[in-house]
Amino acid sequence: MKNIVSIKNLSKIYDNNFQALKDINLDIKKDEIIALLGPNGAGKTTLISIICGIVIPTSGSVSVDDFDIIKDYRKTRSQIGLVPQELTLEQFEFVFNNVSYTRGLYGKPPNPSLIEKILKDLSLWDKRNSRINELSGGMKRRVLIAKALSHEPSVLFLDEPSAGVDVELRQEMWEVIKDLRNTGVTIILTTHYIEEAEAIADRVAVINKGELLVVDNTSDLVQSMGQKTLIIDLHDAVNSLPSKLDKYNLNVLNNGLSVSYNYASKSKQTGITSLLQDMKEAGLKLKDINTEQSSLENIFVELVREK
Amino acid sequence: MNFYAIRAIYLHEMDRMRRTIGQSILSPVISTSLYFIVFGSVIGGMIPELDGVSYGSFIVPGLLMLTLLTQSISNSAFGIFFPKFTGSIYEVLAAPISSLEIIIGFVGASASKSLIVGIIILLTASFFVELEIQYPLLMFFLLVLTCLTFSLFGFLIGLLSNNFEQLQVVPLIIITPLVFLGGSLYTIEMLPEFWQKVSYFNPVVYLINGMRWSFYGSSDISILISVLSLVAFTLACIIGVAIVISKGYGVKN
Ligand SMILES: Nc1ncnc2c1ncn2[C@@H]1O[C@H](COP(=O)(O)OP(=O)(O)OP(=O)(O)O)[C@@H](O)[C@H]1O
Ligand SMILES: [Mg+2]
Repeated sequence: MKNIVSIKNLSKIYDNNFQALKDINLDIKKDEIIALLGPNGAGKTTLISIICGIVIPTSGSVSVDDFDIIKDYRKTRSQIGLVPQELTLEQFEFVFNNVSYTRGLYGKPPNPSLIEKILKDLSLWDKRNSRINELSGGMKRRVLIAKALSHEPSVLFLDEPSAGVDVELRQEMWEVIKDLRNTGVTIILTTHYIEEAEAIADRVAVINKGELLVVDNTSDLVQSMGQKTLIIDLHDAVNSLPSKLDKYNLNVLNNGLSVSYNYASKSKQTGITSLLQDMKEAGLKLKDINTEQSSLENIFVELVREK
Repeated sequence: MNFYAIRAIYLHEMDRMRRTIGQSILSPVISTSLYFIVFGSVIGGMIPELDGVSYGSFIVPGLLMLTLLTQSISNSAFGIFFPKFTGSIYEVLAAPISSLEIIIGFVGASASKSLIVGIIILLTASFFVELEIQYPLLMFFLLVLTCLTFSLFGFLIGLLSNNFEQLQVVPLIIITPLVFLGGSLYTIEMLPEFWQKVSYFNPVVYLINGMRWSFYGSSDISILISVLSLVAFTLACIIGVAIVISKGYGVKN
């Protein structure tokens, strides 16, 4: 698949000498949804701001659709839509006008019917003639999304799109995002919500302290990095486990009717075979076996802690 | 050139003026009317003709310049400072527009507003005093150039300001005294000799005298010098803005 955004050896040192990004290399594929995951201050917003032309990189380069973001800024920026993290809106503007204004800034002729469609998709149509300061926080966030879509970008950056958006609307927004991807828009989003990354991202990039730690398909990441838990249901409840099984660190669940065993699914020796063997030898009768995948959240915490 | 973007910024800024119509148009009209009532009619009645025109008419070019100058600076400084303050400047920075296009949009809108105010003031003045303009074309040229130049200057102030105090300090500490001592209400000859010499270092004196010449064909300073000094200041503002922009607008990190 073609790379739509290509980041090479990108570093950023702010004026106060703080290094916010350290030698980032990342390729973003066309039509994918990629989530940038990282704790507060990791450098996610800095990365996005550089690609969009708001922050000047210290070294390295970025290309969008094979155009350099600095030399060919008109070509790259006109393809990019940006939803910023902060609710940066002029309070006294009217919703419809303000969204149309953004389209103009991007050099596109007015297109009221397109703006109408965008506002409807984002459940903002009945607020079109309201002033921004009359809207709730979640509505303002959606106005920012509408503005970013107003000029029909092919690459969309969403910096914490679901901050302050309620659960129901968040699901609707995910649908909007997926629909956009299906119409050929590449989506890069940052989030603190791991469920969000798991729910909509094809790939996840984990950033911490300005460094890119991992980039992988969401499912592969979960699979390869993930702890798995094996849950074994027993025929008869046990009070205590035979000492022979101590080395497996089993947990007793369900009043002794089940035991659980944690193992790293990526390792060659999971220990499952010998566990089952040893359990059989200890005279335990097995009823059922299940495995549970650990969530991205655990993986994330694990990764960040390692550094 | 990204014409739609220039148009978008221009109309967006003009819209701000429509929303704050009282502040943008009413207040300069009221304050100049007050000047005309107090200085033109009340005090002016006791003052003999200056350079062959009544005192009321004499002060029109000066008051016009005074308003244009302060309005242009504040319109434009506020126009660029406000989105910096709210953070909405992000979309201007992220849009596929050049610095020149941003400047044309913002400064053009600010200058247009001042020009509108200037014309309204001239109309207001014509209710109080007799107006004759000997060189209307020159007057219009000076009007437009002043609006543009001081809008550029205001843009620079807005770019460099990081808070509301800084935004107001230059107009308050530098511009107001220069304008008051710029000879809008008197001729330089009326000053003691020492202050006459000092006045020649005040750029506003050249501006006001240039405008007065276009009205009445006479002034303290040769019209050529007046026009040249205004043009020089225009160039200085253009260079100033260009330098600041090339260093990242005063807004980019
Ligand atoms: N203008 C600036 N000047 C100096 N340092 C900055 C500036 N902007 C950001 N930083 C620093 O750079 C680091 C990365 O900030 P950034 O906003 O990119 O983090 P983030 O990953 O988006 O965090 P969050 O999840 O909280 O939004 C932080 O330590 C921050 O303090
Ligand atoms: Mg951020």
